[in-house]
Amino acid sequence: MQGNRIPLILGAILVVAAAAMFLIPKKEQEEVASAEPLKVGFLYLTTPGDHGWTYAHELARQEVQAHFGDKVETTFVENVPEGPDAERVVRELARNGSDVIFGTSFGYMDPMLKVSKEFPDVKFEHITGYKRSGNMATGNIRFYEGRYVQGIVAGMMTKTNKIGYIAPFPIPEAYQGLNAFAIGMREANPNAEIMVIWANTWADPVKEADAAKVLVAQGADVMAQHTDTPAMLQTAEKAGIHGFGQASDMKEFAPNAQLFSSVNNWAPYYIAKIEQVLDGSWTTGEGPDHWAGNTWKGMADNYLELTAFENMPADVKAAAEAAAAKVEGGYNIFTGPIKDNKGKIVIKAGDALDDGRLWSDVFFYAEGIQGEMPG
Amino acid sequence: MLEDLILTVLMTSVPLVYAATGELVVERSGVLNLGVEGMMLMGAVAAFGVAMVSGSLVLGVMAGAIAGMLTASLFGILVLGFATNQVATGLALTIFGTGLSGLAGAPLIGKAIEGLPQISLPVLSDLPLVGKLVFSHDLLAYGAVAMVAVVAYFLKRSRAGLVLRAIGDNHDSAHALGYPVLGVRFAAVLFGGFMAGIGGAYLPLMLTPHWAEGMTAGRGWISLALVVFASWMPWRVLVGALIFGGITIMQLAGQAEGWTVPSQFLSMLPYLATIIVLVLISRNRDFALANSPACLGRAFRPGK
Amino acid sequence: MINLVPRKEIPLRLTLTTTAVAVGLTLLAGAGIFGILGYDPLAALYQFFIAPVSRGYQVADLFVKACPLIIIASGLVFSYRANVWNIGAEGQMILGALFSGYVALYWGGMPAPLLLPVMILAGVLGGLAWAMIPAILKTRFNTNEILVSLMLTYVAALFIDWTVRGPWRDPMSFGFPLTPMYPDAGLIPKVDLPVIGRLAQLHWGVVGALVLSLVAWFVLRRTMVGFQVKVMGDAPRAGRFAGFSPALVTVLVLAISGGAAGLAGMVEASANIGQLQPNISFGYGFTAIIVAFLARLNPLGVIIAGLVVALAEMGGDSAQIAMGIPKVVTGVFKGILLFMLLAGETFNRYHVELRLPGAAARAAAAKETGGA
Repeated sequence: MQGNRIPLILGAILVVAAAAMFLIPKKEQEEVASAEPLKVGFLYLTTPGDHGWTYAHELARQEVQAHFGDKVETTFVENVPEGPDAERVVRELARNGSDVIFGTSFGYMDPMLKVSKEFPDVKFEHITGYKRSGNMATGNIRFYEGRYVQGIVAGMMTKTNKIGYIAPFPIPEAYQGLNAFAIGMREANPNAEIMVIWANTWADPVKEADAAKVLVAQGADVMAQHTDTPAMLQTAEKAGIHGFGQASDMKEFAPNAQLFSSVNNWAPYYIAKIEQVLDGSWTTGEGPDHWAGNTWKGMADNYLELTAFENMPADVKAAAEAAAAKVEGGYNIFTGPIKDNKGKIVIKAGDALDDGRLWSDVFFYAEGIQGEMPG
Repeated sequence: MLEDLILTVLMTSVPLVYAATGELVVERSGVLNLGVEGMMLMGAVAAFGVAMVSGSLVLGVMAGAIAGMLTASLFGILVLGFATNQVATGLALTIFGTGLSGLAGAPLIGKAIEGLPQISLPVLSDLPLVGKLVFSHDLLAYGAVAMVAVVAYFLKRSRAGLVLRAIGDNHDSAHALGYPVLGVRFAAVLFGGFMAGIGGAYLPLMLTPHWAEGMTAGRGWISLALVVFASWMPWRVLVGALIFGGITIMQLAGQAEGWTVPSQFLSMLPYLATIIVLVLISRNRDFALANSPACLGRAFRPGK
Repeated sequence: MINLVPRKEIPLRLTLTTTAVAVGLTLLAGAGIFGILGYDPLAALYQFFIAPVSRGYQVADLFVKACPLIIIASGLVFSYRANVWNIGAEGQMILGALFSGYVALYWGGMPAPLLLPVMILAGVLGGLAWAMIPAILKTRFNTNEILVSLMLTYVAALFIDWTVRGPWRDPMSFGFPLTPMYPDAGLIPKVDLPVIGRLAQLHWGVVGALVLSLVAWFVLRRTMVGFQVKVMGDAPRAGRFAGFSPALVTVLVLAISGGAAGLAGMVEASANIGQLQPNISFGYGFTAIIVAFLARLNPLGVIIAGLVVALAEMGGDSAQIAMGIPKVVTGVFKGILLFMLLAGETFNRYHVELRLPGAAARAAAAKETGGA
């Protein structure tokens, strides 16, 4: 039977490959650096080629490298799926001598937590999650702050009183953004309504373009997005209406349509945390104060940056600048009274959502959002 | 508003029509190429790169078509020359094409170009009712319909099309009659790559003028489904693509209108519909045999 | 013109030579690509093939990575041997994870020793049930199983997406698409050796996968079931004369391959993730198809082919960690490796002759002796 030989054949592949490889000098072992740089590893869910979420992280990583020079050595692994592969890659980075590991996607939470217990000397920083341990901290950006300013601009810019909004997945961060947008919009224009499309993707340019066209067809004249690609803005540009960019400056894709972009600037976060590791002051929030190890900053600390306000009249620009200054001054956008879209009070007067409740109490459609919540 | 929604459906269907029509010819010749996604991506990246450098969208589309053909030729050499398994080779082609397009496209990230000039016919597109729907598209959209017509004519009326179908139905007797089985199949595979390349080119040139890694996002696989949905009949590809596109857009529009049906179930509809169509056509034996290529997926060796 | 004449016997020396040549050419092509892109070619190849298995725990990880591939491909072998083209293992795997996940999440209160066996059963049933759809449509209506199983994969992926975002979502997950964790009794334990202790992620599912492919090998080779499967694939007419039912074989092989894929889904979710999330499989169901073919449809070969493919995946990670080689390069390299191995297989199965126009007589002679 021919079947007998299969193990041999494939075994031969391994043997040949192994034979060929063992002739090669082991490069990695030659590196005995004089002054050990701090090794920092990054995990990316997609590639920087997404020009969105991962791209912003990659820009920040490059800035870290430039900032610290040869004091720090950065590596990254892209396209790491959120599952057993993540655990393996995190462990691999830890074994290869990484001192700090940044995981840049929510799904790395449990794999990182597991590995963090195996490597108590390695510092783990998980982005967008909520679980911490003795050597695992969390970090995030207050993306919703920019959306509040977007809402004010959108409310003033719209003539049809219909605003399109492309949302990713129904997770807390998306609700924070959507509701902050609606609150801002209604402050500026009590008659404006938001049409939401949940795209169920972070980056699918064709689907986002389709969603944008649908919104335009249904009368939207200002559009906002929580998905990552420039497709929506390109559609807005073609339709002659306006919109906001996401994650990075998208002006080049839509010079006449972009009102402004909310840019994720991870560099100050990375640099601050690495500096803490270097000078020994790095901590996490295990214990009674659950939120202590969490870095969650926004516009005031330049974690979230708004690009220049363009393609809008002077009064709108002034309102946008005022709103941005108000947020940077520490204004809590989720200050009551806030009603949902059925008129029920969800945040009472005199009440305001703190950081903890921003993750648990944001599951509502604020006034001005059309339709019903999904799921 | 309805008019605009229909226009969106039409546009989103164009790349599917190209890729599926190409694959239809490939399958009619008896070859199953599961690498459509890889070929579309190669077409997309080549089209965008060339269009950006040359500033010519025509050159871009041509580059996309050629890149698709080159990718397909790799598949053709392996499955026809080396008689490798078609399913495995097609899957490998998708892995390869996804990787190579990402590699080639790395310098194109974050760049933008303008869309193809529309050739909306000034008088006709102002006609009431149908004017905007029928006469306000880009050149490539009309090209898609034209290609379906050409392929339909080719398969049904031309001698070469007859030979191609004969080869797909029974390669042994076609060979015995003296037809060049491998030659015809290779040509069909190249044509499939050509069409997938144009379909891919449509995404970064027309639908959303930028390049992103893996931007086809599964549309190659949908094209494969469409071929079956169409029961290997070219005109039905057009209908199928419109239904697929229609459901996609309907789901988005429904959400904006405030529907609460989970979007996942709406997204399932095209696939379920394809299965139902498959069952309906295969229940009718004569009908199924008349259209589905009997030798689909089977290797042919002239030496046999 | 290339002429292929099938061989009756495949000499061992030949298979070794062709494999060596295929791998050698891949290494050469890979070295070329890495060189052009400005990486040290030898160091890159080292990272791809040796670094991922240069330490004990990494070998364990290699087996963990190969585990779902081995389980699925062991089942697919039956299907492909019988000329039934189940390419929907991805979807069947998802259904296996869903069924077993339901048991873990909603029947978790049953006696602890029972939970894992019931989950395994549920996982197999889930995959099997999903594979029965193309099986029934194929036998009742002669519907093409390639296309139905492929379409059902999309449906399955959308369905699990809905379950973990909707009804099964953990109320404590802050709206993130995750179910609650499985109870401890529903987790496949890690291998804990007396002296060495735990080896990275190595779990008992890996051992199960190896046993499974041995069993598959035995069934295919030594039992009546295996004989029927092979006869229906190689000579369906002879099979019908011998009284085998093609419909029964079709249903059987789809049940086996679907059940195996379902089992793989159960193992992945239980051993590696511990809960359900929108992505359970990362293309394992499709990669396993390639594994099955590289193994020449032999369940024992599946083990080695699965390890080779898993190695290429892990090599991509290690090449990026050590040298910053982007993942897209890995994709290209993996594609070339698969092409070469698939083409190499042709040289094993056939005499490959380059037939020039004048050499028709020689080809005719080969046709006489080659047989079918």
